[in-house]
Amino acid sequence: MTAHEMAAETGQHGIIQMLGVNKWFGEFHVLRDINLSVDQGEKIVICGPSGSGKSTLIRCINALEEYQRGQIIVDGVPLTNNLKNIDAVRSEVGMVFQQFNLFPHLTVLENLTLAPIWVRKVPKREAEETAMYFLGRVKIPEQAAKYPGQLSGGQQQRVAIARSLCMRPKVMLFDEPTSALDPEMIKEVLDVMIELANEGITMLCVTHEMGFARTVANRVIFMDRGQIIEQNEPEEFFNNPQSERTQLFLSQILSH
Amino acid sequence: MAVDTTVNSAPRASIWNDPRGRAIIYQVLVVGGVVLMFWYLISNTMENLQNQQIASGFGFLDREAGFEISESLIDFSAASNYGSAFLVGILNTFKVSVLGIAIATILGILIGIARLSSNWLVAKLAMSYVELLRNIPLLLQLFFWYGVITVSLPGPREAINPLPGVFLSNRGFKVPVPEAHFAFTMAGVALVIGVIATYVVMRWAKARQARTGQPFPMLAAGAGLIVGLPVLAWLLGGAPTTLDMPELGRFRFTGGITLTPEFAALLFGLATYTAAFIAEIVRSGILAVSYGQTEAASALGLRKGLVLRLVVLPQALRVIIPPTTSQYLNLTKNSSLAVAIGYPDLVHVGNTTLNQTGQAIEAISIFMAVYLSLSLAISAFMNWYNQRIALVER
Amino acid sequence: MTQVTDTTPQDEGERPPALSVGPLGWMRANLFNTWFNSALTILILWILIETIPPLLDWVIFSAVWGDVGPEPCRAGEGVGACWSFIHEKGRLILFGLYPSAEQWRPMLVMVLFIGLVAASARRELWSRNLAYAWGIGAVVMFVLMYGGVFGMEYVSNTQWGGLPLTLGLSTIGLVVAFPLGVILALGRRSNMPAVRSICVVYIELIRGVPLITVLFMASVLFPLFLPTGVTIDKLLRAQVGMILFAAAYLAEVVRGGLQAIPKGQYEAAESLGLGYWRKMRLIILPQALRISIPPLVNTFIGFFKDTTLVIIIGLFDLLNAAKAALTDREWAGFYMEGYLFCAIIYFVFCYSMSRYSQNLERKLQTGHARR
Repeated sequence: MTAHEMAAETGQHGIIQMLGVNKWFGEFHVLRDINLSVDQGEKIVICGPSGSGKSTLIRCINALEEYQRGQIIVDGVPLTNNLKNIDAVRSEVGMVFQQFNLFPHLTVLENLTLAPIWVRKVPKREAEETAMYFLGRVKIPEQAAKYPGQLSGGQQQRVAIARSLCMRPKVMLFDEPTSALDPEMIKEVLDVMIELANEGITMLCVTHEMGFARTVANRVIFMDRGQIIEQNEPEEFFNNPQSERTQLFLSQILSH
Repeated sequence: MAVDTTVNSAPRASIWNDPRGRAIIYQVLVVGGVVLMFWYLISNTMENLQNQQIASGFGFLDREAGFEISESLIDFSAASNYGSAFLVGILNTFKVSVLGIAIATILGILIGIARLSSNWLVAKLAMSYVELLRNIPLLLQLFFWYGVITVSLPGPREAINPLPGVFLSNRGFKVPVPEAHFAFTMAGVALVIGVIATYVVMRWAKARQARTGQPFPMLAAGAGLIVGLPVLAWLLGGAPTTLDMPELGRFRFTGGITLTPEFAALLFGLATYTAAFIAEIVRSGILAVSYGQTEAASALGLRKGLVLRLVVLPQALRVIIPPTTSQYLNLTKNSSLAVAIGYPDLVHVGNTTLNQTGQAIEAISIFMAVYLSLSLAISAFMNWYNQRIALVER
Repeated sequence: MTQVTDTTPQDEGERPPALSVGPLGWMRANLFNTWFNSALTILILWILIETIPPLLDWVIFSAVWGDVGPEPCRAGEGVGACWSFIHEKGRLILFGLYPSAEQWRPMLVMVLFIGLVAASARRELWSRNLAYAWGIGAVVMFVLMYGGVFGMEYVSNTQWGGLPLTLGLSTIGLVVAFPLGVILALGRRSNMPAVRSICVVYIELIRGVPLITVLFMASVLFPLFLPTGVTIDKLLRAQVGMILFAAAYLAEVVRGGLQAIPKGQYEAAESLGLGYWRKMRLIILPQALRISIPPLVNTFIGFFKDTTLVIIIGLFDLLNAAKAALTDREWAGFYMEGYLFCAIIYFVFCYSMSRYSQNLERKLQTGHARR
């Protein structure tokens, strides 16, 4: 029995714990009995064919999706319909979207300071200092006064990452962060993510960037039809996939 | 063959083959045509006017009008001149437009939000409202409402009395008004002070939040100042509650204020019709803000109210405000349908004047001048607004 | 330490919690999802129960039907609708003052017209033949309306009225205004300053004033504009007024379409050596007009509703004919029946056109998907 399985069963450790989570969209069963435990500082890459439920899985962790059965506990807080719990979880968990979702009516700096000011109630000056620090970290401090529409896709996604970091989250969720980017911009975003990973933040990342998975992940999870089919360390996962479906998926994704 | 007009050494093309020459010829032709047409129309008009012995010019505005106007915001009698008659008409147009715009906005926002309601019944009802009102001519609706008031409501003696002091009859609506009292003057002053104070507190709250991070419950404070202060002033003034109640006398009502059937039907018809269009604008404005924006804001930990206030509304308003202002303009223009049910707006008064004096050109020029200056003012506002809020993009 | 669960899900048959699917689930999600929505639902249901049965009773069950004269209606006034009013006055409302013995002619015209419109709504029938059909149809309709040939009695256009007048004013208005609108739109986008300013002034002038003032102008100023001794009839004046009005609005719609055409199309056409008119006629306008069809239909709906304003200059369109029917003292007071009858006709026309334009928009959008 693995450490993860033990954690899942005892319901302890692990900053994120999902126990028997089931979700339906109407009649469609998107998540089937998901059991997952994520340790503090762990980097997890989730992959799988489209429609396999991987985005839904991480969106559940941030209460962007409701689930009908099972339990999700984030940093000791159970995710229920209780708004207080949802607020508590969301302020610990940052999320980066495929489509960036920057606020087009606010400058880059205002995008970054919005949540700290209104949620954390940080004074404006302080929020701006933090924002500038993180903009430096994603290497675009000079863009602070611009509007999102003036930036390239890669720059926008880096701003989106910085925006999440400004809330000083314990967990970062990435929902296909590079899928909407032109090829030449993927690297600049991945570089930022790798740097972030090296600092020990907990990361869950839905992505098809297998190179990223090899360098960064502690664990790779393969999902299909709403189930976790296989999970392993990246080396084993790529070199020695066990399940047929994993093999098929990997052959399709790595063949070109 | 390409002709390069900037290089002198190139062989000069004939003027017809030179794009600039061609443009000049076209423009001379068009302008010449328009001038000729105008000259023709004007000379015909001069001749016709001479034959009919109508003196052109705005001198008639000083002459005595000789007709009464059923409702007016300023003093007017048959002895007043045509100029004041036009002024009465313009003011009546403003009156019904301003009130109509206020009601249509509130109603339109409510129905627009209702169309997006997660409650199926509410959404369907709102949709039926919009489809029904939008697809029936406004004039027909005005006739209908006018009919409801003047035909279906009982006479003054049997007036419907839904609330104390409110009488609905086929002669119009009677509504009580508070009797003039010093306390109301004070409350009015307090209202102005409240608005100014709210503005000051808003600036202070913003500065304090920037300094300490503590947000201030501005909505409650503002409501308290704007509503609370006048109420306080009214209480201090002795809380007068005497109302000027309409009462049925021997032949007619006395006291209170009257909404004439014409005004009530026009106001109601304009407001409900325009509300249907505003509702659609509000709906599409909110839908124009992608759901990802709400999700991103929620994921940052912002509560629903803040998401709406800080993220969704600022973006939706950019989409909503320009078409809404043109709906306001439409409502104002549509108020000219007043002439069909007899509310004395600008066009109605102008039409009477036109029939009496034969000064057709002058009357129609006044219509056009008034409506055009309104549209120009509104489009100037829209240009200013669009420039101010234009999203900066690469 | 590999963890594999490679089994086809055994719970294929497992169902979501009963309350989230089926009619119950639908009601929970759409009517009772929050306490506020539940309260609203109950409130609305109560209002519907209170209002619908009396309304149905008035419209159908207690209504007076058939050719029975006004007396039974008077007896039941306020209780049931008086549809015998429509029975009596329906022809007046539909055809205005057209001689009643000849009313089969406007009837035929309307059938012909609606048939042509229905055919034109089908995109697969858009072709040159359809245009010919409209041309022939138009001639036939005019001959039917005026008469004076083939043994048909001559009917002057002062006697025209009702629905044919409404349809005629709006359709002819659109057909004539459309080319004007295209020219104005091209003029507004021209780079010749004089042409551009003239077009801008015209468009903004007309759009800035209510239709009523344009109709007034047509009614009282046109006679002044013409040389002494020349007169034009009321119908033609109204028609010209509406055309001048519609052209400005259509111009803005077409301009919207022109603006939506990417610059590359203009450049491609120029690089092929096409001159201005060829470029516009062959490349730009076909695309611009195609994407403007839905807003054009919407403009037409507005225009169709606006024809009611000809009442101001005394033409008997559908609405004014209904108003005239109501002036009969014997039938005074049945305004609700008369206006409802008109409202239904207007609604059917406008609503079907707006649904059509929405459908078309959806289809054109898939054809013109961005990127």
